[in-house]
Amino acid sequence: MNYSKNIKNLTLVILASFVLSACASTTKQAGKMQSDVYTGSDTVKFLATGVKDRVFFATNKSTLTTASRDTLRKQAAYMRKKKDLKFVIEGHADERGTREYNIAIGERRANAVKDYLMTYGISGSRLSVISYGKERPVNSGSNPLAWSQNRRSVTIKAN
Amino acid sequence: MKKLILIIFYLLLFNSKSIALVEVDITRGNLNPLPIAVSPLYVEPGSKDIKLGNETIKNVGEEISKVIEKNFRRSGLFNPLKKESFVQKPDIAHAKPRFEDWKLIKAQALVTGKVIITENKLRAEFRLWDVIAAKEMVALAFSTTPDNWRRVAHIISDKIYQRLTGETGYFDTRIIYVSETGPKTQRYKKLAIMDQDGANVKYLTLGNELVLTPRFSPKNQLVTYLSYFRNLPRVYLLDIETGVQEVVGDFPGMTFSPRFSPDGKKIIMSFAKDGNSEIYTMNLETRMVEKITEHTSIDTSPSYSPDGKLICFNSDRSGLQQIYVMRSDGSNVKRITFGKGLYGTPVWSPRGDLIAFTKVHKGKFYIGVMRPDGSGERLLTENFYQEAPSWAPNGRVLIFYRETKSDSEGKGFSAKLWSIDLTGYNERLIDTETDGSDPSWSSLLSK
Repeated sequence: MNYSKNIKNLTLVILASFVLSACASTTKQAGKMQSDVYTGSDTVKFLATGVKDRVFFATNKSTLTTASRDTLRKQAAYMRKKKDLKFVIEGHADERGTREYNIAIGERRANAVKDYLMTYGISGSRLSVISYGKERPVNSGSNPLAWSQNRRSVTIKAN
Repeated sequence: MKKLILIIFYLLLFNSKSIALVEVDITRGNLNPLPIAVSPLYVEPGSKDIKLGNETIKNVGEEISKVIEKNFRRSGLFNPLKKESFVQKPDIAHAKPRFEDWKLIKAQALVTGKVIITENKLRAEFRLWDVIAAKEMVALAFSTTPDNWRRVAHIISDKIYQRLTGETGYFDTRIIYVSETGPKTQRYKKLAIMDQDGANVKYLTLGNELVLTPRFSPKNQLVTYLSYFRNLPRVYLLDIETGVQEVVGDFPGMTFSPRFSPDGKKIIMSFAKDGNSEIYTMNLETRMVEKITEHTSIDTSPSYSPDGKLICFNSDRSGLQQIYVMRSDGSNVKRITFGKGLYGTPVWSPRGDLIAFTKVHKGKFYIGVMRPDGSGERLLTENFYQEAPSWAPNGRVLIFYRETKSDSEGKGFSAKLWSIDLTGYNERLIDTETDGSDPSWSSLLSK
């Protein structure tokens, strides 16, 4: 029993040091990533004032975060105002996957965005989807921050 | 590609069942490559120089021997000896070698030959000699057009490889790949084709649109690939002899990750719609399209077994990317990878006994092989990023591509083609003019 207690204590110590080091690294990145989703704005462009053009994803995921849904609701509001505009939604992946799977996951991300915009009343006929997989990174770096900026979906005016 | 008319006839019908002393074991990593002397092929008097564009080849006999030596060295199984140490002249050696001279420089096998070039014809013959047993092992002659002289060297290499290892060779083959230039954020990609040794590079597209994942038909003159022509990513079919291209099928959305069926009659690929990628086939003769998988997850990177009865592919239906095997009609889907990490890009060996794959684990990329039931996993090479193995037609060597790390300006980035033996030994960079990726190995051009 004593022995297992010791181990428990040891695990706690190790855990504590993990938490500490994790804190250290998150402060270094100044809130630019949450888990591994990019939350900064270094690469972000705007469709209109206050309307961000892109949302970011976790590794191998196409789930929309709360922040992403907020961005997309603003995109939808903008699209409702500009009824004559059509849009292309580009899906992208980072360089840490095999090429073909990345093409598929880019398509899945772009469609996650399209679906969300459609639930806010945007007609699917105004939204086309294209996946570039890992072919068009915005940040050439081979590091977690660059990868998080590259795992994205970008909404672009098509006309 | 010009049609090659090959006339092969046995000079001396050697009894191939007699026991030779020289043998090469290719089942293990070969730490003791076989010392072999490749004598320059004797050029018969009166032969013409070969003119190819601006290039003039004066001593094609010597050039052929150099190509053979390079093939042998790169195979890792042979150690071609330095020509300076050769005592016998090429013509005399070809008629009847003085085996003691070749034993003296520690050659165990000797290649001799002669070549004659007339206006439109190159005739070459060669002999392989067992130096230890002091006898001829194989002798062959070929006729072709002079511009095909490199293929003569590759065919000779294949015959010797086959005689000494007991396995079919892979030197008279070509590689199709994607040539890459430009910054990492905006790469220009062209389809390129070259001989297996890196010679005779030709670019098949101009680089105006993104092209990816070219794959040879087992019949060689057709290639299937993904093109972003007009920003519509679709699977295309290209005839490399005529240059004619066409879209494969009439899919209302993106098709990608194409590959031929072993009989060359079908293309198997993924079709992505509404966030879901499924595997389809299209029969190139009847144009019939068939849906093979039915699942809400991503199903991609399909590859047929050589008998066409099974298909391996990767899917994230378990949550993360893993390899599955199913019948060619899509039934009986079984997951075969249960190791730690992600598994992708399965490719069935042309021998049928193994599946090559890319594995991603703890931030490293591996090229490995396993049996079709998922047992016997063996990782051949580990790196920062590498993927997309393609088999040599004899199932002994894999080619793949590797990318290096870069900084935020893209400095340090490169994409290169590499090959490695099934043994995990003999990893080699394949020299290309530009960066390269997505290599696909052809089958043997001459069968």
